[in-house]
Amino acid sequence: MGLTLAALADAMPGAVAQGLIWSIMAIGVYITYKVLDIADLTVDGSLCTGGAVCLMMIVNGHDVWVALIGATLAGGACGLVTGLLHTVMGIPALLAGILTQISLYSINLKILGQSNRGLMAIAYDLPVTSREVNDALIFLAITAVLIIVFLYWFFGTERGCSLRATGCNENMAKAQGINTNVNKVIGLAISNALVGLSGALLTQYQGFADINMGRGAIVVGLAAVIIGEALFGRLFKNFALHLLSVVIGSVFYYIVLQTVIWLEFDPDLLKVLQAGVVAVFLAFPYWKGKYFKKIKTSKKGGVTNAGN
Amino acid sequence: MLEIKNIHKTFNPGTINEKHALNGVSLTLDDGDFVTVIGGNGAGKSTLLNAIAGTWQVDEGNIIIDGIDVTKLPEYRRARYLGRVFQDPMNGTAATMEIQENLALAKRRGKIRTLLPGISGKEKEEYKELLKILDLGLESRLTAKVGLLSGGQRQALTLLMASLKKPKLLLLDEHTAALDPKTAAKVLETTDTIVARDSLTTLMITHNMRDAIAHGNRLIMMMNGKIIFDIKGEEKKKLTVEDLLHKFETVSGEEFANDKALLS
Ligand SMILES: Nc1ncnc2c1ncn2[C@@H]1O[C@H](COP(=O)(O)OP(=O)(O)OP(=O)(O)O)[C@@H](O)[C@H]1O
Ligand SMILES: [Mg+2]
Repeated sequence: MGLTLAALADAMPGAVAQGLIWSIMAIGVYITYKVLDIADLTVDGSLCTGGAVCLMMIVNGHDVWVALIGATLAGGACGLVTGLLHTVMGIPALLAGILTQISLYSINLKILGQSNRGLMAIAYDLPVTSREVNDALIFLAITAVLIIVFLYWFFGTERGCSLRATGCNENMAKAQGINTNVNKVIGLAISNALVGLSGALLTQYQGFADINMGRGAIVVGLAAVIIGEALFGRLFKNFALHLLSVVIGSVFYYIVLQTVIWLEFDPDLLKVLQAGVVAVFLAFPYWKGKYFKKIKTSKKGGVTNAGN
Repeated sequence: MLEIKNIHKTFNPGTINEKHALNGVSLTLDDGDFVTVIGGNGAGKSTLLNAIAGTWQVDEGNIIIDGIDVTKLPEYRRARYLGRVFQDPMNGTAATMEIQENLALAKRRGKIRTLLPGISGKEKEEYKELLKILDLGLESRLTAKVGLLSGGQRQALTLLMASLKKPKLLLLDEHTAALDPKTAAKVLETTDTIVARDSLTTLMITHNMRDAIAHGNRLIMMMNGKIIFDIKGEEKKKLTVEDLLHKFETVSGEEFANDKALLS
């Protein structure tokens, strides 16, 4: 295996396709993490739920499209559970997500019947498979755009605006008569519905569902959100463009990942690399704040602050 | 309009931090009453407003707004009757949303949020007109994010939002305390304008005795979770800061001299 550029170029369409698939999940993460201001760990489980439901529905003779809808609804149900754990039972959101995620491990095993199950791509007319990457790319790009259009519409409605207010300032939202608990549940459900859909598309694309397919999904989602923000944060002001930047962030992430793999980086270490990159990006605003403060005071205070 | 019957609230009951913050407060406000509320730190003023707003449930007693017993209603359900401005300017608005979006949220206070557009073109024109009374130039910045505004601008906007859908009761918790004196005076002036325009029933907490005397038609003083002084009408008009200090000292037996109130 040499480091030929041709090999890298060959791998690119696949990387972009994966980036697009994961971007749908990343948009879900954006809704909870950025709009609702909740770090939701349900996604690590609901991604696999979406994949498992889709796969089982297809092999049991359901239409591929119905299976995609089923996976989306199943993902939404996962979010609903986390939302209820959080709002009705008063469990902190982070913990509520972990509880759902853990229980989903068992549930996903039950749905799949085993820890890994294949899907014969040739036996069904799947919209996304790695065998026909170009078709998959077109389908995925259209899907991503439709999702952005839908969310742009939704977050412009009365309900959507009240959701944004809930995430931005809960006190204010309550004072405006907004039932913030209901909104959190709705937000978590929509978010995980997208994650479920993403898992279903991933299953179709790779031709199998695996109990561990969602492990670390939250990290990928955060990476996409953060990269998108770093690349376009200053440029894009509009909500739809923010979502687009998440999609681009996700694609960018998979291109980089593919390149790292091409460079023969030890695949066992990929996760630690992922987590490390996200950690650094998350720390950035904090470090920046600290750093700039220092410069300001030392400029103002002159000599007094020289002990730096 | 507002009827409070013997409400009690104890925080952290049974612990070392137990605090009987409201100790049998009863208060009846008539339609159009503008009541200023004064009292030392920890007297229970904010707690009284929070009890009315439903931040938590009271332990005992009843709160009736315009004939409706709201004692058991959660905060968001009571909000339909209430306009609120908080002490912290950051608290009353959504920073990441536009000025017009914030107003549109307030316009729908107490309504079920539907899938209709969050703001209509007609509303935008309406808001432009309304923002003019603030005289802060915000009418030309409808699409600016609220996070870009100064504390005073945010507080004025919150005030406008609180009155956008006419509330049965306006609750102001030291809403000028975080502002510089000039801005504070301006926001207070706007408060008077709006309260008079809509003849709003209002409860306004302030630490400034002069303001408490100059504004409204009634004044109450709180201490240790109780209302210890209640004065209205002609009598209130004749009230002086000295009267208030004297009253405070006789009731509490304390010197009030080092309180911020004297200096301002
Ligand atoms: N949520 C809470 N939990 C515990 N204790 C509280 C809570 N809110 C208020 N208290 C306590 O109740 C007492 C009354 O507080 P409150 O905020 O009503 O005072 P205040 O009259 O508004 O004073 P200030 O002028 O300082 O704002 C204080 O001792 C306060 O520490
Ligand atoms: Mg207070």
